[in-house]
Amino acid sequence: MGMRMAIRVFLPLLLLLASAEHSFSLYEDQVGLMDWHQQYMGKVKHAVFHTQKTGRKRVVVSTEENVIASLDLRHGEIFWRHVLGTNDSVDGIDIALGKYVITLSSEGSVLRAWNLPDGKMVWESFLQGSKPSKSLLSVLINLKVDKDNVILVFSKGCLHALSSIDGEVLWEKDFSAESIEVQQIIQPSGSDIIYAVGFVGSSQFNAYEIDAKNGELLKHKSAAFPDGFYGEVLLVSSDMLVSLDATRSSLVTINFQNEEINFGKTYISDLVEESSRNAVILPSKLSGIFAIKVDTFSVFIRVTTERKLEVVDKINNAAAVSDALSFSEGQQAFAIVEHVDGKILLTVKLNHDWNGDLLKESIVMDHQRGLVHMVFINTYIRTDRSHGFRALIVMEDHSLLLLQQGAIVWSREESLASIVDVTTSELPVEKKGVSVAKVEQNLFEWLNGHILKLKGTLMLASLEDIATIQGMRLKSFEKSKMTRDHNGFRKLLIVLTRAGKLYALHTGDGRVVWSLLLSSLRKSGSCENPTGLGVYQWQVPHHHALDENPSILVVGRCGPNWDAPGVLSFVDAYIGKELDSLDLTHSVTQVIPLPFTDSVEQHLHLIIDADHHAHLYPRTSEAIGIFQNEFSNVYWYSVDADNGIIKGHDLKINCIGVADEYCFDSRDLWSIVFPSESEKIIETVTRKLNEVVHTQAKVIDGQDVMYKYISKNLLFVATVAPKASGEFRMVTPEESWLVVYLIDTVTGRILHRMTHHGSQGPVRAVFSENWVVYHYFNLRAHRYEMSVIEIYDQSRADNKDVLKLVFGKHNLTSPISLYSRPEVITKSQSYFFTHSVKTITVTSTAKGITSKQLLIGTVGDQVLALDKRYLDPRRSVNPTQAEKEEGVIPLTDSLPIIPQSYVTHALKVEGLRGIVTVPAKLESTTLAFAYGVDLFFTRMAPSRTYDSLTEDFSYALLLITIVALIAAIFVTWVLSERKELQEKWR
Amino acid sequence: MRSKPIILVLLVHLCLSFLYSSLATSPGSSDGFTINGRVKIPSMDVKGFGLPGKLSNVKVILNGGQRVTFLRADGFFSFHDVPAGTHLIEVDALGYFFSPVRVDVSARYPGKVQAALTENRRSLIELVLEPLREEQYYEIREPFSVMSLVKSPMGLMMGFMLVVVFLMPKLMENMDPEEMKRAQEEMRSQGVPSLANLLPGGAGRSS
Repeated sequence: MGMRMAIRVFLPLLLLLASAEHSFSLYEDQVGLMDWHQQYMGKVKHAVFHTQKTGRKRVVVSTEENVIASLDLRHGEIFWRHVLGTNDSVDGIDIALGKYVITLSSEGSVLRAWNLPDGKMVWESFLQGSKPSKSLLSVLINLKVDKDNVILVFSKGCLHALSSIDGEVLWEKDFSAESIEVQQIIQPSGSDIIYAVGFVGSSQFNAYEIDAKNGELLKHKSAAFPDGFYGEVLLVSSDMLVSLDATRSSLVTINFQNEEINFGKTYISDLVEESSRNAVILPSKLSGIFAIKVDTFSVFIRVTTERKLEVVDKINNAAAVSDALSFSEGQQAFAIVEHVDGKILLTVKLNHDWNGDLLKESIVMDHQRGLVHMVFINTYIRTDRSHGFRALIVMEDHSLLLLQQGAIVWSREESLASIVDVTTSELPVEKKGVSVAKVEQNLFEWLNGHILKLKGTLMLASLEDIATIQGMRLKSFEKSKMTRDHNGFRKLLIVLTRAGKLYALHTGDGRVVWSLLLSSLRKSGSCENPTGLGVYQWQVPHHHALDENPSILVVGRCGPNWDAPGVLSFVDAYIGKELDSLDLTHSVTQVIPLPFTDSVEQHLHLIIDADHHAHLYPRTSEAIGIFQNEFSNVYWYSVDADNGIIKGHDLKINCIGVADEYCFDSRDLWSIVFPSESEKIIETVTRKLNEVVHTQAKVIDGQDVMYKYISKNLLFVATVAPKASGEFRMVTPEESWLVVYLIDTVTGRILHRMTHHGSQGPVRAVFSENWVVYHYFNLRAHRYEMSVIEIYDQSRADNKDVLKLVFGKHNLTSPISLYSRPEVITKSQSYFFTHSVKTITVTSTAKGITSKQLLIGTVGDQVLALDKRYLDPRRSVNPTQAEKEEGVIPLTDSLPIIPQSYVTHALKVEGLRGIVTVPAKLESTTLAFAYGVDLFFTRMAPSRTYDSLTEDFSYALLLITIVALIAAIFVTWVLSERKELQEKWR
Repeated sequence: MRSKPIILVLLVHLCLSFLYSSLATSPGSSDGFTINGRVKIPSMDVKGFGLPGKLSNVKVILNGGQRVTFLRADGFFSFHDVPAGTHLIEVDALGYFFSPVRVDVSARYPGKVQAALTENRRSLIELVLEPLREEQYYEIREPFSVMSLVKSPMGLMMGFMLVVVFLMPKLMENMDPEEMKRAQEEMRSQGVPSLANLLPGGAGRSS
């Protein structure tokens, strides 16, 4: 009796305790246990050193990811960093007054000053202009007006001079009326005169002489050069410019400071014998010397005192040249970095003396970094008071390295700031004989660790102990092992970056296991502008072939256009070696991984080209054999957002006219044309191909059953009014609408259509199981909204009758054809959501049993986990008792934002672009990887870890409990023995 | 939401397009307005600039990322060249929850603007943005207490055992001796094993 009562009392209590907490929440000391966070900046475009003053030496950089950052020159760590908006790309950076970093961005319209020590914004100026033009930034260090540096900005056809103290405009000179393309702003040192030089049309050269103090136009000179100009002008000495003529066959020197503008013409063929017409002037700002690139080599040309051009040297290797750096009284130096058989050679030369090398160092460089793209130099005083030089180099793989004294001081893998696509790979299975065990802790250490932890929980630990505990937890050897684990937490994240480099990151600690600069995605003669498109799992060895390594397929394209030929690479996922690469003869518009594998576990892939041909890979006869069997079951769709057409395709026959048995013609099965005057496609989403659904049935109210309409061929399409698709929020609610569709991509049937009046994009959506959740803007309420649509199969709804099932009167076994009209019903509901959203995804688990959470990348670059239960069309204001027991949450008009459910806790994934979820082997757990400029990885359990003990489970407490229980048993035993004996004596 | 004395005025003024004579030919930028505002975080006033790293990373976002700007040292921000219409401003400050603000920039009446918090529809007379609440991203670890130990499943197990071991005999003692005897006899006749019976060694003797 008592026992039963106790169970009745305690069981609900236990359940209550277990469910009290939020599904995702973290204690502060758990940071870094399951997650890791890495900060990057992107490929460096400009770098300015700040090393003159004593104190911390810094380099300020701006990058292609619109980041400005101040780095510690000693270790390469980020002091501060700002990620500017996506269309706020940086045109130039400089340092003014020795304490402000000046940045010009947004095509020269925004000028900002940042405090150098802490990165706070000091001022911001908006520069107006009327026509797009080159943006130039220069800080006139020499010209001091009341201890102020004047900042000169040329942007949008207008020259502005601003004070560097507060960003006030001192004067302006508008050139837009003159239709001149200003190329350079020149300030000869020690004078108050500045020159603006540029072209009118293609052959008229203009020079304006302007008073730097007040912007007064002093002189205007103009001269025509009949051959015309090509490209830009480069200042080579205080009064001379160099450019190329229109045919790119000769160099033009322009002398602009005299009364008349003089042109001089030198044929490149006179300077370089084996010349071609593809000469380019390198933009390095040197003086008295400049470099041109002809074919593969760089030619250095000096300007003699008689204003003649003369070749001083020719470098046959790939090379990069820095700008000139003045380092002591009137002396200027520059650096050349070239590749000489596997090493890089850093040479620092004096500007006026080619043969006087100040420095010549040869450094071994990992060939996975590719060629040197940029070099910036800086000087320091050695202990013997001579000048030393350090060089910051940017490599082809976007990495940033600091070279000093013949060694790499530090390096940063900046390529990881521009991830294009992500896939995962399992780690090798732990084999016997592999010496992993010896590093593992022995039992004593293990117990010791737990005793320490117990001390921690009982608040008995000293500060030292706490530090040890934290260190132990973070540096757990378990999590960063290079083998597979039972729970499937340890994996390799294979990421493809914009640089064409492939990285394998360990999920345990985020370290780079291997990296590979793909040869197929490097610039070459046949492939001018390669871009990586995606990574796919190519070969996943099954249990019986574990000694084989899995491999990854990398798909790329030789140019920005859709019809550029494709490239494929096959990479070993364990060692990062390129196994094979293919230059395709066709283009790549779509890659379809097929659910078939051949005898060596290679996945069949179908690549669709721009002419709607399908190409089968791998190109083996076995693959053809497998594919022929499934030939009639392959369907796909294509979206033409510009014309508002969605088409469904299937395969017809082998390509006509091409002797290629792996090429197939496709035919259009159906097409949906959206009226272009009222609807424009802005988002299409399908289910993830590898998603697992546990059950098709959904029990409602304890007895009723609904069947989820689960199909891999459902497509969610969102269209908006064309007027509302352009500039954000420039429409009234009456003239904007959002229409969402659910389309079957095999038949082209529209299963559901719904209009949200007064709403507009951008739409972010996620499709999973039988539901789709999408985020859009409601113009009437002027708030963001999220809606859910759930789709159920009605044709099987009457199968819930048990009697029918028993007597076989059900239709479960009747063939399901997509051509029969599906009877579906949809349910939908909308809620307000506070934030703008960058991306939405959903957690995925191994068997699909665990409840789902949405992972929402907010505009603040955080990732919020939101239980799918909040987006349930069955929510009502007053749920019935049955619904409450089922876990239906009472309806509220907006979705809750619980700070503890931010997966990224107090961190930000700056520049967030995507979130990827991967199931672990443990059903409760899902791995989430968010990428942008930063990377963030964590492990999460949407319904808590019901199938394993949590990390903070106290084994010591369990042991103590067991010991205490055993002791109690013996005590009671002895007592009862004694009592029984007494009773017997009685 | 506390109401604070408002210091600054939201200014939306027509940019002085007539200064740029050439602008007349390009209507693209001439119809731009400027939105000026201020972000005020209470702790900034109390603690001064005690949290420089945190506050230097405050971003102000217009229309879901169309433009991003940063705060000046005094908390001011501005968006230039904004077309007339309705806009949404969001403040991204780690550790604080800000409501997005709806800002209506009127083209017909330059200078007339309306701003309202979208979360609670409170309209702002001046564009001074304050966080609705602070955000605590971590669970607070409860300090160790006996209660938490007792509440844990193992604690409950032990507690239950203690109850059985020490309270049950007490309950039995309070029973009427005759009833007790009857119950004991009943137990014996039914052969309900006593605790001693369950233990090795005890089983043989009791039978």
